[in-house]
Amino acid sequence: MLSASEINEKIAWQDMTTGCEIYEPGTSRLTKTGEWRSRTPQWLQDKCKQCVLCAPFCPDASIPVKDGKREDFDYDHCKGCGICINACPFDAIVWKEEA
Amino acid sequence: MSIRERLSGNEAIATAMRQINPDVFAMFPITPSTEIPQYYAQYVADGRVDTEFITVESEHSSLSACMGAEAAGVRAVTATSSAGLSFMNEVLYVAASSRLPIVLAVACRALTGPININHDYSDSMAERDSGFIQIYAENNQEVYDNYLQAHRIAEHPDVRLPLMICEDGFITSHAIENIELEEDDAVKKFVGEYHPGNYLLKKENPLAVGPYGVSNYYMEARVAQAQAMKNAKKVILDVAADFEKTFGRSYSFFEAYKMDDAEVAMVIMGSSAGTAKAAVDKLRAEGVKAGVIKIRVFRPFPGEELAAVLKGVKAVAVMDKSEGFSACGGPLFAETAGACINMPDRPLMADIVFGLGGRDFTVEAALSVFDRLKNIAATGEVGELYTHMGQRER
Amino acid sequence: MAYNLKQEMNKPERFHSGHRLCAGCGAGIVCRAMMRAVNPEDQAVICNATGCLEVSSFQYPYTAWEDSYIHTAFENASATASGVEAAYKIMKKKGKIEADRNIKILAIGGDGGTYDIGFQSLSGALERGHDFTYFCYDNNAYMNTGTQRSSATPRFASATTTPSGVESVGKKQNQKDLTQIVVMHGAPYVAQTTLFGNMKDFHEKAHRAIYTEGPTFVNCLTPCPRGWNYPAEDLLKICKAAIDTCVWPLYEVVNGEYRLTYEPKKKLPVEEFMKLQGRFKHCFAKGNEWTIEAAQEYVDKKWEELLSKCN
Repeated sequence: MLSASEINEKIAWQDMTTGCEIYEPGTSRLTKTGEWRSRTPQWLQDKCKQCVLCAPFCPDASIPVKDGKREDFDYDHCKGCGICINACPFDAIVWKEEA
Repeated sequence: MSIRERLSGNEAIATAMRQINPDVFAMFPITPSTEIPQYYAQYVADGRVDTEFITVESEHSSLSACMGAEAAGVRAVTATSSAGLSFMNEVLYVAASSRLPIVLAVACRALTGPININHDYSDSMAERDSGFIQIYAENNQEVYDNYLQAHRIAEHPDVRLPLMICEDGFITSHAIENIELEEDDAVKKFVGEYHPGNYLLKKENPLAVGPYGVSNYYMEARVAQAQAMKNAKKVILDVAADFEKTFGRSYSFFEAYKMDDAEVAMVIMGSSAGTAKAAVDKLRAEGVKAGVIKIRVFRPFPGEELAAVLKGVKAVAVMDKSEGFSACGGPLFAETAGACINMPDRPLMADIVFGLGGRDFTVEAALSVFDRLKNIAATGEVGELYTHMGQRER
Repeated sequence: MAYNLKQEMNKPERFHSGHRLCAGCGAGIVCRAMMRAVNPEDQAVICNATGCLEVSSFQYPYTAWEDSYIHTAFENASATASGVEAAYKIMKKKGKIEADRNIKILAIGGDGGTYDIGFQSLSGALERGHDFTYFCYDNNAYMNTGTQRSSATPRFASATTTPSGVESVGKKQNQKDLTQIVVMHGAPYVAQTTLFGNMKDFHEKAHRAIYTEGPTFVNCLTPCPRGWNYPAEDLLKICKAAIDTCVWPLYEVVNGEYRLTYEPKKKLPVEEFMKLQGRFKHCFAKGNEWTIEAAQEYVDKKWEELLSKCN
């Protein structure tokens, strides 16, 4: 079965999947939508109370949660919408000052 | 052992379906295909099949439900006619490009307007470029036989395309004829089980169907689909060969009737071919070298094979039972003429649009076409390229 | 089992990053929450209507979905789901799917694919009683084609086919009350929700819908930063205003029994919702004050109607 990682804009028509099907989960992760970001949220770990209220509101699944605790942003995919900043009750997420 | 029966075309299709016992049948009624799901509903009610029978709210939904079912991993079928087929239009293209081998029975009927329930090929011809394979029949036996071959063609890994089994509305769908049915077990054995490699309900891996395809992929996807339609030619012949071996009746892309030495010929489809053959028999008795080509497979169009048979013929009438409103001929004419385009000694050719909305086509009418062809052959003059026949005129 | 956000967020992701929804799109939040509501041991098939979500979540060869996914067209997500469900039933019956495997059939579309062009197939599938859950991410207009009005667009909202202008105060008609129409079909579980708090409301409704046998429906008000014209980071503020003004009341209907799931401590005036969004900007212009009054009157009437059903 052809994997999405082997499909690109250079392959021949004979090498594409039948009917443009995809046979594996979550191949979108190969797209680094972090490049779209014009502003960047920053996680202030010392202010974070680990309530994880930010995590469900990330439209881009870019606030990973492990063992009930959030980790740093997945900047490969975070589009910088800022919803998490307003979701945080403790001001533990702020816009990064861009140099 | 074959079973002698007397069945209408619709009942022949319903019988073939019952023998195949598809997993899902999504239906919406429309004249004249309605009887097919009606017969089938009774098979379901009587426990003769275990199909999931979905009575959807439109033809758009019947084909959409078939797409869902087929992608989920099972055989899905439906039936329709005329406006119902037109309403499916969008989904026909999606089913074909998603490469889902749905089998759709079409009782061909005129399109509105004015609204008319009788036979012509306006409906199926309007969908000739949808990506469906299209197989047509002259009579009830052929409808039945075509249906038995349908799933194997559509589901073949080199093809994976949806397929229309076309019968002539009322003429074939409702007229009762003698027919040879095959035993249920023999049919099941011939058609076989459906084993898709990937499907939505598969345990081992998910399947994603129907993406947005940007320009960098769309062209390649369409070329692959075009290749599948080319591949269908060999598969159609292979399945026909196995069908003949199994059941004894022979099929190909078309039937060439008394074409070996023909000087004048008619290219025609469906039940009208029977009328044309009767005219040829009459003419042959008079020493006229006339023949008929009855197109069975319209998609994929057997262009090369057709050109080979037309080689040496002096004059050909292409009989279009649908009006394409192109102002230069119907769809069958365009295909036939196109097939002959690079032939050094191609025949002179005229297009005749006939039989719209159930207008009769008689042996006398067919003879008059051959009269015209004899004249074209003798004079080398085609006259008007594109004409209509059978209408009242001032 | 009581809702626990941490436990929910520990679940493996089933709507992945890398999709191409706009920054701040509410639909991404909806999809993630919808998939969390499917028990981890169960598989799902998602039937998606054409729209923003479809072009963004499965652009060849990139699918954002962990589970199987099918898109066929705009108006037929429910019909497609009907076919998938029929296939599931027959495969179970024939033993082609193991008895202990549970597969949930979900359909999802925007308001265009649900309220409007997909309404017929939705109605048909509800009436036939297929076992599936339809999620509508209602963002109040046809966003994929550029914010044209839909029957879900609220009155006075400026959309690209109902723009405000010298002779216009935006859309002339009130929003179609699709949730009520679905209730009238006799669906065993119907709910309205949106994105707020710790997502408990959404999760519990989604989970109950998915695990209720028969056709169920969840309508989620889903802000669209571009179409509604607000800064993307304000999504939660807008959702909260929608429920506190009762523009989008939260309730569920279980076998015909209404239950209010959220009652604002203090019902806020409708302008608290409208003023946050550029699509209502013209309503605050001099001479257009009546639009806010009319909007308030409509919201009050609908709210009273709902309260009487809930009692």
